[in-house]
Amino acid sequence: MTKMLTDARSIRIKGRSFLAVVLAPDLPFDDWLVRLDDLAARSAGFFLGRPVVLDVTDLPIDRAQLKELITELAGRNVNIMGIEGGRPSILGQGMPPALKGGRPVSDEAVAKEPIIELRNSEPKPSAPEARPTLQSIVIRDPVRSGQSVIFPEGDVTIIGSVASGAEIIAGGSIHIYGTLRGRAMAGSLGNASARIFCRKLEAELLAIDGIYKMADDMAPGLRGHSVQLWLEGDSIMAEKLI
Amino acid sequence: MGKVIVVTSGKGGVGKTTSTAALGAALAQRNERVVVVDFDVGLRNLDLVMGAERRVVYDLVNVIQGEAKLSQALIRDKRLETLFLLPASQTRDKDNLTPEGVERVITELRRVFDWVICDSPAGIESGATLAMRHADMAVVVTNPEVSSVRDSDRIIGLLDSKTLKAERGERMEKHLLLTRYDANRAERGDMLKVEDVLEILSIPLIGIIPESMDVLRASNIGSPVTLADARSAPAMAYFEAARRLAGEVLPITVPGEKRGIFGKIFARRAA
Repeated sequence: MTKMLTDARSIRIKGRSFLAVVLAPDLPFDDWLVRLDDLAARSAGFFLGRPVVLDVTDLPIDRAQLKELITELAGRNVNIMGIEGGRPSILGQGMPPALKGGRPVSDEAVAKEPIIELRNSEPKPSAPEARPTLQSIVIRDPVRSGQSVIFPEGDVTIIGSVASGAEIIAGGSIHIYGTLRGRAMAGSLGNASARIFCRKLEAELLAIDGIYKMADDMAPGLRGHSVQLWLEGDSIMAEKLI
Repeated sequence: MGKVIVVTSGKGGVGKTTSTAALGAALAQRNERVVVVDFDVGLRNLDLVMGAERRVVYDLVNVIQGEAKLSQALIRDKRLETLFLLPASQTRDKDNLTPEGVERVITELRRVFDWVICDSPAGIESGATLAMRHADMAVVVTNPEVSSVRDSDRIIGLLDSKTLKAERGERMEKHLLLTRYDANRAERGDMLKVEDVLEILSIPLIGIIPESMDVLRASNIGSPVTLADARSAPAMAYFEAARRLAGEVLPITVPGEKRGIFGKIFARRAA
């Protein structure tokens, strides 16, 4: 049976990336906790209100040990929002969720004020704010079924086709010099000015800034044509390029 | 050093085993030493198509586990003395194929034979990835219909990422073999057109095998079609594909079309 939706507004699903502090404890935990306390004593409130991820990659621990460590940390006001590198056997109900696919960032970005101020009491002359450089990647091969290209940092350009069952997720715009048969999601971290361009539109799904459009929702006149798509308010607009 | 070819498709039932046997017999008739290797452990078929099912004593799994020597497991074809078969095991399970064992067997075969043709199982699991791992080139067998084309596309992605060649940063040579092509249905528009398949997969075409009763008949009498009925249309198409594999440049014939006109169109190789 088909359900009729009374509200035509679509649900927004977005990706966001946050900067989290990653703690990688080592064994034995008692010694490590002593060192952590020492650090906390020198920079009070370092962990306060910060999202903290626990990295337990390659640690030979069981579920009970992990649970105890989390309790110990909670007692120090360090709240764990996720666990990285944990075997499924040591994770479970009541534990923070498993995280993967994390990327390192510069230590400075994480540890900005507190630690620097502690090391030299003179406040460092603040460096001029660096402009975020726009990044882009170019892929020179066709993207095959089952492959994903995920690039939250900026634009993705594909010289070739994107097969049915393949997906491209970009923080910026997506340019496809070939046929788009799979999925393309532009502005995945919340960028309403991102656009999708393709030489031939046969897409299964299109999304810009979390607004989705399935193959059946697209105007049939656009299929097989060179098309660009952009966002106006909450709707995806499209026009033929040639 | 011989060349290792994997015959693969992702989807089952598109003609991998038939094509392995036909290409193997076609290459062996050029007086080159050929071994066809059945990687479909647990569901072996290549021995039947080669007509050697009653002569299987030892198999690939026995060699990998060190229970038999390679020379004991190889079966020489009764009709062509340069054609050999390394059968799969019917009783064991595919988990008996270890990466180290497969590497050892392939290295040994490569030393002795001009062509090592590996018949991959369907799917994208370990059996299929092991069959393609050591290949120098791949023959992607595809039927002109959407699900086969999409599965082939997936397999091409794996060929470009999971093989030794890909991991060394080299480019895997991939060839498209379009099988079960029905000229009448293509004319009616019931099947994907050749150019559509080429556009989606964008790998060079080495042959179009027409759908034919000759192929089925050859399989049932246990003979590769290139041996059973060398003058039949599918056999001729396989002979041409084998010559292209060996590096010759020939125009492609689309079954049901006049020779030459389409040849010129398909002679331009896809990227």
